[in-house]
Amino acid sequence: MNWVISAENIQPGDRQRVGGKGYALTLLANNGFQIPETICISSDAYQEYVDRTGLRERIQLELHRKDFKEMRWEEIWDCATRIRNMFLRKQIPDHIAKRLKADIQFRFKDKPVAVRSSAPEEDTARASFAGLHESYINISGIDAILEHIRKVWASLWSDAALLYRQEIGLNVEKSTMAVVIQEIVPGDRSGVAFTQSPNDDSQGVIESVYGLNQGLVDGTVEPDRWILDRKTHRVISHTPATRRYWIVPIEQGVQLNPLPQSKSRMPPLNVQETREVFGQARRAEDFFGTPQDVEWTYRDRSLVVLQSRPITTLSGGKPEDNRGWYLSLHRSFENLKSLRTKIEEALIPGMIAAAEELAATDLTRLPDGALATEIKRRWEINHKWVTIYWDEFIPFAHGVRLFGQIYNDAIKPEDPYEFVDLLTETEMVSLERNRMLEDLAEQIRSNRRLAGQLQKGLYAEVDPDFRAEIDAFVLKFGDLSCAVTGGSQCAQDTDPLIKILLEMANHPPAPTGRRNYKKTEILKEKFLTCFAGDQRTRAVELLDLARSSYRLRDDDNIYLGRIEAQLLAAVREARQRIENMVSGGSDAPTANELKAVLADLDHRAESRNPYRKEAGAKFNIKPRQLIGQPGGPGIASGRARVVRQHTDLADFKHGEVLVCDAVDPNMTFVVPLVSAVVERRGGMLIHGAIIAREYGLPCVTGISDATALIKTGDKITVDGYIGIVTIGSGEI
Amino acid sequence: MDKTQALHQQLSSLLESQNLAVLATHRSGQPYTSLVAFYATEDLRNLFFVTPKTTRKFENIKADPRVSILVNSSTNQTVDFHRAVSVTVVGEASEIVGSERQPILERYLKKHPHLEDFVRSPSCAVVRVSAKSYFMVQNFQNVMELHIDQ
Repeated sequence: MNWVISAENIQPGDRQRVGGKGYALTLLANNGFQIPETICISSDAYQEYVDRTGLRERIQLELHRKDFKEMRWEEIWDCATRIRNMFLRKQIPDHIAKRLKADIQFRFKDKPVAVRSSAPEEDTARASFAGLHESYINISGIDAILEHIRKVWASLWSDAALLYRQEIGLNVEKSTMAVVIQEIVPGDRSGVAFTQSPNDDSQGVIESVYGLNQGLVDGTVEPDRWILDRKTHRVISHTPATRRYWIVPIEQGVQLNPLPQSKSRMPPLNVQETREVFGQARRAEDFFGTPQDVEWTYRDRSLVVLQSRPITTLSGGKPEDNRGWYLSLHRSFENLKSLRTKIEEALIPGMIAAAEELAATDLTRLPDGALATEIKRRWEINHKWVTIYWDEFIPFAHGVRLFGQIYNDAIKPEDPYEFVDLLTETEMVSLERNRMLEDLAEQIRSNRRLAGQLQKGLYAEVDPDFRAEIDAFVLKFGDLSCAVTGGSQCAQDTDPLIKILLEMANHPPAPTGRRNYKKTEILKEKFLTCFAGDQRTRAVELLDLARSSYRLRDDDNIYLGRIEAQLLAAVREARQRIENMVSGGSDAPTANELKAVLADLDHRAESRNPYRKEAGAKFNIKPRQLIGQPGGPGIASGRARVVRQHTDLADFKHGEVLVCDAVDPNMTFVVPLVSAVVERRGGMLIHGAIIAREYGLPCVTGISDATALIKTGDKITVDGYIGIVTIGSGEI
Repeated sequence: MDKTQALHQQLSSLLESQNLAVLATHRSGQPYTSLVAFYATEDLRNLFFVTPKTTRKFENIKADPRVSILVNSSTNQTVDFHRAVSVTVVGEASEIVGSERQPILERYLKKHPHLEDFVRSPSCAVVRVSAKSYFMVQNFQNVMELHIDQ
């Protein structure tokens, strides 16, 4: 069977083998449209590749670690990342490569090409996969072309594609991928034409940019836009863009460059050309019988059609198309850069200032009424920052993901999370905090008298210098016993902290993390040498962005924790007053005011509390071995300590395994005592996994019902290499 | 449906779907496995199979009734690694004699009608395995246990 088929030789029976895009191009080529030279690599080649390399079942195993519906988006991203890395690392076996090479070289010689995805499911599902799979522009040399074919194949399993298939109910076991290879047309102006506007069916739309189309398609270059009359093809309106950039071919791939001034003054198309483009697009519509979305380019003055596909976003009884949302999960480099500026220059200083402003108020001097008002005010401020945290800080975490993909593409590492080691050179506030904890523990370790006083709870007798250090610590990091993301209940004093310190002092100091600067330097060099010239500058910038994104994943929580600590201080003051009034026998009406505000707070604090997911039904079944994701390499056994609320932390004993719903960043201070981490929430880049990696602790994440199935005191073994947790002994 | 019910249902539908199971016995500590046609009661308490009394497995059971049974849905294809479910049953075997024997045989033949001649032979024993525990493996390496109160 032919794996490589020229556009002009494709038969109607080949439709499933060459995918929607490939088949549409054939029809265009055979019906008088000018298209670039095109061949299709049929899905048979994909099938042969995944069978011969064993990837077919490896992919399914990866996808079946747990019920797909139970996976969080971050876990799906991790799945997709691991699968992509399998494709990156598995060469196309010789007997397949030989056949592909011969045909591709015969057709294109040394000409640069575009390597595009063409999904056969598009036809079966009557759904458009536009934008969900990847395409690569301007690839030269047969080896590079074969590598990009693998990347297109891998994009069948991208997070967005997986989510979309799940939503429209496609069976992932049947997914397959064809590839279209096209001669690259170095167009000087490009764009898309929609023969029917989604807003008004008597109109059509053209969007156009200078240079290649990539920038328009992925949203990095703003296009000029024309609305046209569908019948007369006359321009109804023209919305010019601020023409600043264009995408140009470079040696391998394409690049975003500033647009020369001579061009930025003129729209990419004149009126005559808009008519020509729209005329071609309408001809495609007449030919295919449905409104079309046509990609085109002008080489000199000659119009070339790159592809044409049905518009699937027209309203009219069709299921809601959520692809836009899925795709928005990915942020562009430019978008992340501006987000970073906002976070570093405005939001973080704003958070620090907010916490300081709150700390300046002496709560003990406020009358009851004013205290009630102050609690409400603090709740609002805290709420505002929590919202900002979800809306701005969480998306910024994508900086790490973007870097991860580029790192893996360049290096093809054995461990798809190697890139994380390159990011850890940055100083995280939580690590500084843990160093301070270790200093305090060391003082207790080497001072028996101090240890004795603390054990007996004689805090008042403790050396004032030590107390001052504790106070300074609490001032900087809070008292470590509160959740960051909600809940007004909080330990009332430094007892939990002292308990942890005493436990730490009972044991030799924990290793201070396995961070190895030399390794980081080697990785950095390895990464950067993959790029040259402008590309290298961009790689350096991206690394810097990723480091900022990585650092923030932890630091933002600490800053947020400081604001919440201020809310909690006010709550504590109110509780104390109520208690005093009750024990003093007084029933001042102001007590009710305070009570009301506290009750209101409890009510409001219910959402987003990471401790809230409790064990549901009682099980009389027993887990023996649970699969999750390998979050940090290593293997360790110990008693489980299931942490359901912050007060559980104070009981933490040296060598226990931390089992929790989600590692709250402020929870990580028990890490020096921990032998391994198990987390219900899944993902390789969540706090638990990051901290575990930092400290070299075995970690497994993404175990559904971890906190329900595992009980405090269970002897468990955490295998962070393959991502399983074994509970109990092997007794039958 | 809670997790226990779900697991229970998964187990009984697996046992219902499979005709054959691997039975493990031992002789003086030497493990020994055999393939048996079986059926299981819906409450998961008992599994039944029929064996000629002259077999090694039957002799082994007489010497030590502790047995283990493996049932699985694999199809000898690569997809088994993510699709197949396997369960190990641990329990105690005993021969069924007397009035109980007939109704059990009838039920057994409903699942394995082609074994009629075999099971009605007087040289065959009907064996009950009272299950103590089930160890179910799915998704390649997810293991859950279900223990039955005796």
